[in-house]
Parts: sequence; C-alpha cells; structure tokens
Amino acid sequence: MKPAKIVRAFYNDDDVLLSAVKTIKENKYHIEEVYTPFHVHGLDKVLGLEPTRIAIASFIYGCIGFAFSILMMNYIMIEDWPQDIGGKPSFSYIENMPSFVPIMFELTVFFAAHLMVITFYLRSKMWPFKTAENPDPRTTDDHFLVEISVSEVTGKLKKILKDSGAIEINIVDSKEY
Amino acid sequence: MGSHYEALIRKPLIAGEKSYHDVSVDIAKPIESRANKQWWIAFSIALAMFLWGAGCIIYTISTGIGVWGLNKTVGWAWDITNFVWWIGIGHAGTLISAVLLLFRQKWRMGINRSAEAMTIFSVLQAGIFPVIHMGRPWLGYWMVPIPNAFGSVWVNFNSPLVWDVFAISTYLSVSLVFWWTGLLPDFAMIRDRAVKPFQKKIYSILSFGWTGRAKDWQRFEEVSLVLAGLATPLVLSVHTIVSYDFATSIIPGWHTTIFPPYFVAGAIFSGFAMVQTLLIVMRKVCNFQEYITVQHIELMNIVIMITGSIVGVAYMTELFIAWYSGVEYEQYAFLNRATGPYAFAYWTMMTCNVFSPQLMWFKKLRTSIMFSFFISIVVNIGMWFERFVIIVTSLHRDYLPSSWTMFSPTFVDISIFMGTIGFFFVLFLLYARTFPVIAQAEIKAILKTSGEKYKRLRDSGKSLTGTGADKRTSVINKLNK
Repeated sequence: MKPAKIVRAFYNDDDVLLSAVKTIKENKYHIEEVYTPFHVHGLDKVLGLEPTRIAIASFIYGCIGFAFSILMMNYIMIEDWPQDIGGKPSFSYIENMPSFVPIMFELTVFFAAHLMVITFYLRSKMWPFKTAENPDPRTTDDHFLVEISVSEVTGKLKKILKDSGAIEINIVDSKEY
Repeated sequence: MGSHYEALIRKPLIAGEKSYHDVSVDIAKPIESRANKQWWIAFSIALAMFLWGAGCIIYTISTGIGVWGLNKTVGWAWDITNFVWWIGIGHAGTLISAVLLLFRQKWRMGINRSAEAMTIFSVLQAGIFPVIHMGRPWLGYWMVPIPNAFGSVWVNFNSPLVWDVFAISTYLSVSLVFWWTGLLPDFAMIRDRAVKPFQKKIYSILSFGWTGRAKDWQRFEEVSLVLAGLATPLVLSVHTIVSYDFATSIIPGWHTTIFPPYFVAGAIFSGFAMVQTLLIVMRKVCNFQEYITVQHIELMNIVIMITGSIVGVAYMTELFIAWYSGVEYEQYAFLNRATGPYAFAYWTMMTCNVFSPQLMWFKKLRTSIMFSFFISIVVNIGMWFERFVIIVTSLHRDYLPSSWTMFSPTFVDISIFMGTIGFFFVLFLLYARTFPVIAQAEIKAILKTSGEKYKRLRDSGKSLTGTGADKRTSVINKLNK
C-alpha cells in the first residue's frame, strides 16, 4: 500500500540534521528523501545510502576511450593509408605507438570525464529545462529538509521530530508529492 | 563535533561572523544588484578592444597572413606567443580546482570558481590563434580525423600539432563540464532566491534542475573527485604537448628535453599570476574580502614564488646544457638570446620571472595587496616575453646567416593580441555579474571548520550543534507556523 502522507521536517543546522536523521531511523520511520544546501559529510552513511558506483562507471568509460583511440589510430595510420613519414614507415601499430601515446591518453580522459558527467546528470535527473524538484526554495540556502512517508501522521512522530530539533513541520498528501 | 575539527594552527578562511545564510546573501549580491559605473566603463573598454581585434581578424583573413609581421625566416611569432601565453594562463584554474582538491587544500574554495572561469576564457583566446593562422579557418575541421571527400586523407597522428588539437579540445571541454557541474548547486541557490520571473527562468535553465538530494550530493562529491583525478594528469599533459610543438622540432633552442616540465611550471606560474590580478580586483569590487582573504593571496604568492623558482632553474639548466652539449648551434642560440638584438626581451623575461618572484620570500611583501597586484602584472608580462624569446629568437637567426632577419609586429599583430585581452575581459566581466563567482555550496560545507565565527566557538570549547541557524531565516519560520 502506498503511504498516504509525506511529512516534511525542516532543520537549520547540519549537526542537528545528522542527529535527527539518526533518531528518525532509530524509531523505524522511512525517510523518503533529504534535501540539503551543501554536502553534509556523513549524511549518506547515516541514511544508509549505498556507495555510488559512478567512479567504476568512469573507469569503464576510460577503458572504452583507450580502446577506441587504439582502434582509430590503427585503422587510420596503419591499415587504411600507411605512410613513410620522415623515414619511419608505419606498418605496425606497436612500432609507431610512442607517437600515439598522447592521443591515447587524451581520448581516455575525454571518454572517462564526459561519459561520467553525462551519467551523473541522467542518473540524478538533471538537464537543461529540467524543473527542480526540491519542495522548498530554502533548501538551497540554509535549510535542511527531511521527507518521511507514513500512512498516517501520529503525535509520536511529531514529537520525535520536534525533539530532534525540527523548526517547522509540514504535512502533504503523497498524491500531491 | 568531531567532524568539524581543524588543527589550531590553521587560520580562518572565511572571515567575519558568517552564517550559512550570509554566504548565500553575499554571493548572490553582485548578481542581484545593478552594475555600477566602473563596471560599465571597464566593460566598454574591453568591448571596444574586442571589436577592434575582431575587425583585425577579419582583415587578416580577408587579406591574408601577410598583414602580420611574419617573414620567411620568422614564420611563427606573435600568434604562437599569444597562443602559448593564453594556454599557460589557462592552467591555474584546473590546478586550483583539481590538484588542490586532491591535496585537500580548503583555501582553494574561495578562488576555484573564478580561476576555472579564467581557464575556460583564456583557453578560448588561445584557440583563436591557431585557427586564424590557418588563413582559411573555414577548413579548420580538417584537423579532425573524419573521412573526407578526397579519399583516405587523414590527419597525421605523428604530428604534435594534431596532439595539440586533441589535448586542447579535451582540456577545454573537460574544464567546462568540471566548472559547470560545480556551478549547478550555486545556480540553484540563485534560482531559489530569485524574485524576478525572468531571472528565475534563466537560472533554472542554467541549474539543470539541481535539487540537492542526499544521493545527488554523494554522486556530486564522487564526480568532483574523479574529475579532479582525471584533470590533474590532463592539465600536465596539455602544456607538455604544447611544449612538444617546439621540442620535437630540430631548431636549436627548441629541441630541448627539459621543455615539458619547464612549460608546465611556467604555465602554473603565469596562471596564478593572472588569478591574482583578477581576484585582487574582484574581492574589492564585489566585497569578497571575507572570502578571499589576505591568507589566500599569500598562499597564491607562495605558489608563484615556487613555480617562479622552478622556471628560474629551468632557464639555468637550459643554458648549462647548451654549453655542456658542445653543439655550437645550440650554444649560439642561447648566447644570441642573452646578448643578441633581442637581449631586451631576454632580460625582461629574466627580471620579471626569476628575480621578481623571489621578493615573495618576505612576508611583508607577500601579504601586501598592492605589491602582490604589482608582481602579478610583472609576471604576466615576463611570461609573455618568455614565449616571445623562445619562439622569435630561436627562429630569427637560423642555420643560414644570409637569411637572418628581425621580426617586428605590425599593427594587426598588436591589435589581435589586444583584441583577445578585450575578449577575455568581456567574458570575465559578464561572468562576474551573472555567475556565482564563489563556490558557495563548498564554502558552506567548510564554514563550520574554517569560518572565523565557528573556529572561535570551537576553540572556546563550545559545541557547534545548532549554530547554523540564522536569525533572519528563523523569524520567517516562526511566522509560517
């Protein structure tokens, strides 16, 4: 069953936020999302987020770029139109490789960097003309927002949030959300 | 809180009683307020220079490269000098944002955004010169390895000029995405503050819909770190490859194995000097003295001093090796630099690049803002002369004394160079009015560690928990309740 309500608790300090997230988790509430104006160190651990695998993706993209550069230069310089430049004939890749190293490096970096950034943008749903989804404009200034999904809002939850240091609590229907 | 601990010896990087909200307000201020008269004056001058330079570029292309001062002996002069000078300046941004990130230097956060902007704008200027030197820039796409209408005529991957195409385009594009990714949370901050619908629209497009979820921040940190790891060897490779343009040739004075490290050190040297020039003005104009402190200036001066010394050692090594090699052409090339008709350029270079940065050993001088500004200009001039010396003095007296000649720039050479300076400042001035020029999200993340207010609280043994609250934003909250 889909939770019917979303509780939005606002905090105005990162240390308070960290301890509040811990408390909420301890009380077995489901945290849907946390919005912060900057990277709060340790928040991903407290929330139990899996480590991101984007660096692994970048490594794979780099390998693709490296392979691409070798295939490209092998085709162009060795297979398609081998030339004798300055008395150095180009009949095998390995013999000519030293002068191909710079571009092998550049294309590795090019692929690793750009494809990683594109992956990041798509996975985090960011592109030009994308509408921002942070529910409150203050979360990019100095407020921290914790969204908790519940089937019904109890006084106990409100008390936990108040005690954890929330300065404002809003409740919205999850349909709205 | 343990996570905010910092060694007592560290001086605050953010001066004054700043809260998180203050950071937003201060950094959004230049964007939200109107440009003052000085800005318009500076912008008009830069724009006029740019337009004049653009006119001279059109003149060059429509008439031919003959309008420059080049001759059959000196076939490369101001164009490539300017190219290398701009590329060199473009090295500081990535160094500050990537290398200093890997070394966990927090002081980079006050200056990285502008340094990266400077990188991108100066690499753009650099790119102009090879393109217009082609004479027929509309055939510029021939540098790209694409199958073409003439059969299998490919670019030559053995040529350092082709390596340059790849290195610079990779550098420019990677720097751009690095810069823009860092800008997203800051554009989002401006977007969420904006009151005018037009501004809101523009900044919401620029911010790519950044929302600041916990997962986004986790990825953001990882992406920044990996990009820094990729950009660090990249920045070193770019000027290495630029130096190959000379080092792989057989011209005495160019055919030198020391060129790659020497060029890279020189690039960082000139780049930091330009960052210094720009930021000393910007911190004053935009009122950022609390974010770009004297400590930042001092640290940059130390980098200038160290890289200046490396450059000095490289000059001496070059001279020694020329003598030690026993090759008379090599020896003459260097003797001619120091005592020949271009001795003025050589000694300008020596004074500006080797002597002047040594003054930074004195703490009084390196913490003086006026002096730092002066030295940064001196270094910029010196580094331009370094490239001029390397290029023109190596060419103008070649193996055949009957073809020895001099190079003197025409008004077109000078105008195009001035034009690129104008274009650079046009871009930088527009940037300073429309972009968050300090990485505010990163500043906020280190505020509790390195902010003056928080350091004092922590040093007096108080807890920092709850101190992020700001009265002004909390009052609004109470009203909402």
